[in-house]
Amino acid sequence: MNVRPAGGASGRAGAPPAVTSPSDVVRTLRAAAPRVRVPPSPWSRVRRNRAALFGIGVITVVTAVAVLAPWLAPYDPAQQFTDGLTAEGRPLPPGGRFWLGTDLLGRDLLSRLIYGARITLLIGVAANGAALAIGALLGTAAGYFRGWVGTAFMRFTDMMMAFPALILAIALAAILRPSLWIVALVIAMVNWVWIARVIYSQVLSIGQREFIEAARALGVPTRRILARHLFPHLLPTLLVWGTLGISTTVMFEAALSFLGVGVRPPTPSWGGTINESQSYFLEAPWLVGFPGAAILLTSLSFNLVGDALRDALDPQMRGR
Amino acid sequence: MRRYGIAAAVAGLALVLACLPPPGFGQARGNTMVVTFKDDVSTLDPAIGYDWQNWSIIKSIFDGLMDYEPGTTKLTLHLAESYAISADGKTYTFRLRRGVKFHNGREVTAQDFKYSLERVLNPKTQSPGAGFFGGISGAAAFSEGKAKEVSGIRVVDRSTLAITLDKPNAAFLHIMALNFAHVVPREEVEKAGADFGHKPVGTGAFRVKEWVLGQRLVLVRNRDYFLRGRPYLDEIVFQVGVEPNVAFLKLQRGEVDVLGDGIPPAEFVKVMNDPTLRRLVAVGDQLHTGYVTINTQVSPLTDVRVRRALNMAVDKARIVRIINNRAVPATQILPPLMPGYDRSYTGYPFDREQAKKLLAEAGYPNGFATVLYANNTDPNPRIAQAIQQDLAAIGVRAELKTLAQSTVIEAGGQKGQAPLIWSGGMAWIADYPDPNDFYWPILSCAALAPGTWNWAWYCNRQVEQLVEQADALVQPAQAAAREERFRQIYRAIMSDAPWIPIFHEKRYTMHSARMGGPEVLWVDPIHIPVHYDEVRVVK
Amino acid sequence: MAAYLVRRLAQSVVILLGVTAITFALLYALPADPARMIAGRSATADTVQRIRAELGLDQPLPVQYARYLGRLVRGDLGRSYAQKIQVADLLWSRLPATALLMVGGIAFELLIGLPAGMLAALRRRSRLDQLVMVAAFVGVSAPQFVVGLFLLYWLAYRWGLFPLGGYGTAAHLVLPAFALGIAGGGWYARVMRSSMLDVIHQDYVRTARAKGLSEARVVLRHAVRNALLPVVSMVGLDIGTFMGGVVVVETVFSWPGIGQLAWQAIQIVDIPVIMGVVVVSALAITTGNLLADLVYPLLDPKIRYG
Repeated sequence: MNVRPAGGASGRAGAPPAVTSPSDVVRTLRAAAPRVRVPPSPWSRVRRNRAALFGIGVITVVTAVAVLAPWLAPYDPAQQFTDGLTAEGRPLPPGGRFWLGTDLLGRDLLSRLIYGARITLLIGVAANGAALAIGALLGTAAGYFRGWVGTAFMRFTDMMMAFPALILAIALAAILRPSLWIVALVIAMVNWVWIARVIYSQVLSIGQREFIEAARALGVPTRRILARHLFPHLLPTLLVWGTLGISTTVMFEAALSFLGVGVRPPTPSWGGTINESQSYFLEAPWLVGFPGAAILLTSLSFNLVGDALRDALDPQMRGR
Repeated sequence: MRRYGIAAAVAGLALVLACLPPPGFGQARGNTMVVTFKDDVSTLDPAIGYDWQNWSIIKSIFDGLMDYEPGTTKLTLHLAESYAISADGKTYTFRLRRGVKFHNGREVTAQDFKYSLERVLNPKTQSPGAGFFGGISGAAAFSEGKAKEVSGIRVVDRSTLAITLDKPNAAFLHIMALNFAHVVPREEVEKAGADFGHKPVGTGAFRVKEWVLGQRLVLVRNRDYFLRGRPYLDEIVFQVGVEPNVAFLKLQRGEVDVLGDGIPPAEFVKVMNDPTLRRLVAVGDQLHTGYVTINTQVSPLTDVRVRRALNMAVDKARIVRIINNRAVPATQILPPLMPGYDRSYTGYPFDREQAKKLLAEAGYPNGFATVLYANNTDPNPRIAQAIQQDLAAIGVRAELKTLAQSTVIEAGGQKGQAPLIWSGGMAWIADYPDPNDFYWPILSCAALAPGTWNWAWYCNRQVEQLVEQADALVQPAQAAAREERFRQIYRAIMSDAPWIPIFHEKRYTMHSARMGGPEVLWVDPIHIPVHYDEVRVVK
Repeated sequence: MAAYLVRRLAQSVVILLGVTAITFALLYALPADPARMIAGRSATADTVQRIRAELGLDQPLPVQYARYLGRLVRGDLGRSYAQKIQVADLLWSRLPATALLMVGGIAFELLIGLPAGMLAALRRRSRLDQLVMVAAFVGVSAPQFVVGLFLLYWLAYRWGLFPLGGYGTAAHLVLPAFALGIAGGGWYARVMRSSMLDVIHQDYVRTARAKGLSEARVVLRHAVRNALLPVVSMVGLDIGTFMGGVVVVETVFSWPGIGQLAWQAIQIVDIPVIMGVVVVSALAITTGNLLADLVYPLLDPKIRYG
């Protein structure tokens, strides 16, 4: 596919005037190109944002919990207590000996959530981050360079999209020794496609804007255009994917565990707890509620921090 | 902007209002029963259908020479009027009931039975039941294409059929009651070709009225059914694709009569504690054992002391509690309903100290590492985790592999592959109520080959001989002696400990208040979930 | 334009070949034997072997694949191992429901996501903005099975507003489509918001404002149009994935879509059915993405394909 700028779009109402002279170019560049001013430090701006501070707090706590799990957890997360179930085999509600109640095997839910933070951080942040990086890279390359490179990249994403991830997961589970790496791999394989597609469409559009055209005309090196002029406009989209993706990735990991890829029972994970108890949510709502809230809070916190960081880094947004 | 928000809201509301359902859910259904299933009904070809779901539907569309008294495991004559067994126990001569007609109006003859059995044995049919009839004389030659017909199946006259076996098999009448031995009309099979499973024509109490793939299957009563007064129902509607939790809500709202997949586990305790709902539940036994196979050809499980230690390590009562007491702990291989079940045998006690002692004797004072396979559908991963924890308590560190059913079955059939397998969700419910069905396919030397279901890779020649002798006791008068033989046989097997029997599941069938008939019909051991020909509307 | 379309169609064929080849190879590598699944538990090794030969599974992989392709070009998708019925019939019986749910699901996603995202962008940093953001995260994080059962329990079972799952009338479509809309709507709201924020500060929007055009006109004509680009690519992707089946929602709402069919087929290694679903979803995905690529130039006239 060959995507070309359509030339003068000045005839359209509301479109900016066509760039005609070098001085115009400079003016346009000054007006529109994002310029990263350093002082005052972005960090100080983030600090002034209460929501962001809350987010940082939650992320710190989750990370600390993940690291300190063996010291924080009241019980062994894999220990199935005979008195953790009623005589009829129902899990215990929160309170008493088990603060957050027990799961369907009579294990302490609190301890499982504490240990589960490890998997969540690894999968939600690392695997999702990898998908983000691949998607952004391929999407940008396809949208910016166009020509046969772009065509090849986008048809490749189409193919990956059409590829049945479920079957891949089952095959990998049976052939290889399951590990978190395979989960990360499958997740990255499935998720990057979406990001690539959306970034591609944005780059297509932004790439035609005057400030990019102008920068090209002025002979600004490609790398610099991508980093300084294009990337800041993609940041918001990447942020949306990076943060919402945490929730979906954690749930996806649970689905993969079900198929035998990924963490082995009895290793606890938040998504896994929801997955194995979701049909019990009317009878034992705590089994879905607590891990669900944990996932929600974590992904929301990353979003708050990311939002604040973006505002701090992106001069276009500042003060508007 | 606000305008658009409002516009969207109005559009949404309009959509909702436009879509409101017509009034009158759950209206009177007359003499029709509605059954829900989560999975599609697969083929209804009696030569091919072999899952628990289509098994009893096929039984209502087709008939065999033998059947069972409704609600029991007692054999009765069905399309056969009488039968005789030769003195050497090898030849069975069946006299056919006259005047039985296929749904297309043609009368059934002995030739139809010969055709139907040969069709099962023909490899082109791809029948999973072919193995049951391998004992008929000449079956192998026919399957291999060396003979045009099976020499052991003879049409004596229009209504007499004689079947000769290579060696006596006391369970042969049970085998003739299997769906695979049900009679099909040749002309209809040839007309429908590979689609026969979706356009079935039999002799049974019902025939297919409508089949909408992925949505519903409707059976309608066969007015010419040979058993007078049967069936009771005019129509049965099978709704497929219905999630059990949703089916449960539908039943409570009166839209559904039978939960084909049973009571959803999440609601089970609530149902059993609620007096109104409890009255809708029929409880019974089934021919089921849930067990862990111990691969007798994988070190260190080759040592019988290790296998016995594993048997003593598992707290079966706790596992039964995990599944809400829907089962009874097992001491032995056969389920209580099966002839040959040994009430005086208590099995291995739950004794961790003794288990550790046995392990030490075998040279594993600190235990060992192994792998436990399990099917990934609930509650099997939970049960496997409970077993894992119990084994860890005696030092046996089992890595858990919860996988798709097909993968576990494949691993079980590979020599030296799977040390331990939790059988839940895959095995074993008896094909027919005879104790040899728990031996030949899953514990015999004959089944000691790649791809079979002898996942313990167990073979004891002495035991095999005893079973062969017991199977030769074919005369009705020898039944009690044969049962006693099997009690000895299964004691001998338990002493070799190729399995850890865990529990025997019970059946719980929930049906609407308008349905009735004797409770045993709702937990029929042969017809799962219910005996479609016999259940009825009572109000 | 015509040349472009022809080229894209040719590329779709290549994609189809690639996807079917890889899937075929994976199924071949799968440690599960379809012949054994058909043969059942009482079969002897001989029977299994005969069934394997009957299905052509004893042939080398390239031969099997070539045979499959040969049948595929003649429009023959083969017969299901388990149901013994033409795969094409199975797929046809489920395509209408799948397509309907795709349309309904995307409609709800847009109906929920777009207004929410636009409002949040226009009222940035307000309470409304925060509410939309949190709601989006809740929608995306909530497990679909729980959402579905919850909707059925309250709206269908307790209040009787909708049927308890199933397929047939428009009323049956609302809840499953809404359940899809809740999850997808969160994504759309967030994407729309960030995209709007980016566009709204572009010079041409400012120019439009400066020209004295009404705010609504500015927002709708200039901002929303351009902000829709990433949304269009998401819709293109959703067309593809929804046509490949949405297992959880279909299961909870007893919706006879392709997802349930695929799920059951994967469990029992019913290769012809799995391949059939893969072919359908590959076609849907390439079509969805092609549609998206065709819509971009309509929204941003500077994008043009030669």
